[in-house]
Amino acid sequence: MSARVSEFIDLWGADIWSAIIETFQMVGISLFISVLIGLPLGVLLVLTRPGKALDNKISFRLLNAVINVIRSIPFIILLFFILPFTKFIAGTTIGVKGVIVPLVVFTAPYIARLMESALLEVDRGVVEAYEAMGIKTRHIIWHVLVRESRSSIVLGLTIATIGLIGATAMAGLVGAGGLGDLAYRYGHLRYEVDVMYVTVFLLIVLVQGLQSFGNVMAARLKKD
Amino acid sequence: MIRLENITKAFQTGTTVTKALDGVDLNVEKGKIYGVIGYSGAGKSTLVRTVNLLERPTEGKVYINDVELTGLSAGKLKKTRQRIGMIFQSFNLLKTGTVYQNIAVPLKLTGVPRKEIDSRVKKYLNIVGLEDKRDTYPGQLSGGQKQRVAIARALAHEPEVLLCDEATSALDPDTTESILSLLEQINQEFGITILLITHEMHVVQKICHEVAVMENGRVIERGRVVDLFSKPKTPTTKRFVQSLFQDDVPELLVKKLESKGQIVTLSFVGESSGKPALALLSKNFDIYPSILAGNITQLKDEPFGRLVVHLEGEETETRRAVMFLEEKGIGVEGYVQEVSTHVS
Repeated sequence: MSARVSEFIDLWGADIWSAIIETFQMVGISLFISVLIGLPLGVLLVLTRPGKALDNKISFRLLNAVINVIRSIPFIILLFFILPFTKFIAGTTIGVKGVIVPLVVFTAPYIARLMESALLEVDRGVVEAYEAMGIKTRHIIWHVLVRESRSSIVLGLTIATIGLIGATAMAGLVGAGGLGDLAYRYGHLRYEVDVMYVTVFLLIVLVQGLQSFGNVMAARLKKD
Repeated sequence: MIRLENITKAFQTGTTVTKALDGVDLNVEKGKIYGVIGYSGAGKSTLVRTVNLLERPTEGKVYINDVELTGLSAGKLKKTRQRIGMIFQSFNLLKTGTVYQNIAVPLKLTGVPRKEIDSRVKKYLNIVGLEDKRDTYPGQLSGGQKQRVAIARALAHEPEVLLCDEATSALDPDTTESILSLLEQINQEFGITILLITHEMHVVQKICHEVAVMENGRVIERGRVVDLFSKPKTPTTKRFVQSLFQDDVPELLVKKLESKGQIVTLSFVGESSGKPALALLSKNFDIYPSILAGNITQLKDEPFGRLVVHLEGEETETRRAVMFLEEKGIGVEGYVQEVSTHVS
């Protein structure tokens, strides 16, 4: 048994390791950029609503429509659909660098929606109390809206990250590698079932761990 | 201090326009506790929210300290709002912040220097009696304690005016008492003008100098609390006053008694509540007064009493007796059976 394990590690260890690194890179970088774009978009979605601080029908509807359109396109199609745009932004359409752009385009609107629903949970009364104290809108956004919904935000980001890990599986199609690509190329196309099992197992551990971590964090941030 | 001129607030739903406020004028003098009472839907909540423009009136002007708030730019309005404290029925504290943070965060955001923040939080937590709760989260506090934190948060900005939007409506009677005492203490110690709205006559009775009664977006009656208690004019005000006195006389008894005399409600204010008026009545007139119900209570500054009395005697004699009572400074009104109590 142990001999088989060490044989497997000798044979596939390096590939699996680099696949893990690639997955982490893709998820880490695109998550970071997606949050930078998605969180402000979520805030905008909440604030441009009728009756809110920046009440603006046109912006709200436009933003809503754009997010819905992007969210309608499955990632595997989006990946190819926006190739020219990817080329324009990243300078390349292949490798980890080439897949970050579509991953961000895919994830940022999703995060915007998740943030929107998290922020909408915040008690309107608290926001009103802060308005009544003469506090600036940008301060209210950070110190009331985001602060009060931080537990839901963390849960939302956990969901988004898991979705992102799923999307990276398709990144292999443009040569970006990662665990999903490994399982597909070696496990499926070359019938190396061991590789398939191991990658699936690793993905399960990764997702489980992430969800548990998210849950613990969210519970800790929640104070009521 | 607070002056509202012809405030109208119209809401449009579809093609129909409803007026939540319809030409309200209000004048609250500096250092006073002014109550606005009304049943739900009367527009009182909208009214208090127009004072700091949380609700912008469709028409009319809001002045605080002779500054017209309705004419200020957004930036200036924010500055002015910092001098207007407000507390709410639902407390509106940050769930994710400790008691300390709930008071300190708004101070920080309005540019109070760091050193001063700490001393202010301490000072006002002390005043509301929650020094030992500074690191507790609101989720672990009772309703009364939460309202105390909200009061400390408002006071920490050292406002000239405190607006209370049904501040005690979510609290039990004992806690209501203690919060009202705290508001009264704040008014006396810091001279903060308080405008409060409520649907409980008890709140008005306990701490208000003056009161306005609202109905259908209008002020239908206003004046000193004593005057409103002793001479309520409108049916709504009468109902509010009656809500404090359990002086219903059984209907059958009323019918029986009315055949041989008159039933009247007497109100005694301040000094007159100490005089033996009824004894004098039976001595000076051919009248047999008998008490059907009675109550004496403490208004903010003076005692107020109410008696439902049956005056048995000839009609002319009764009329003279009533005049005699009125000369003694006692309010006399015909007794009206309470019409179906309004549920709010």
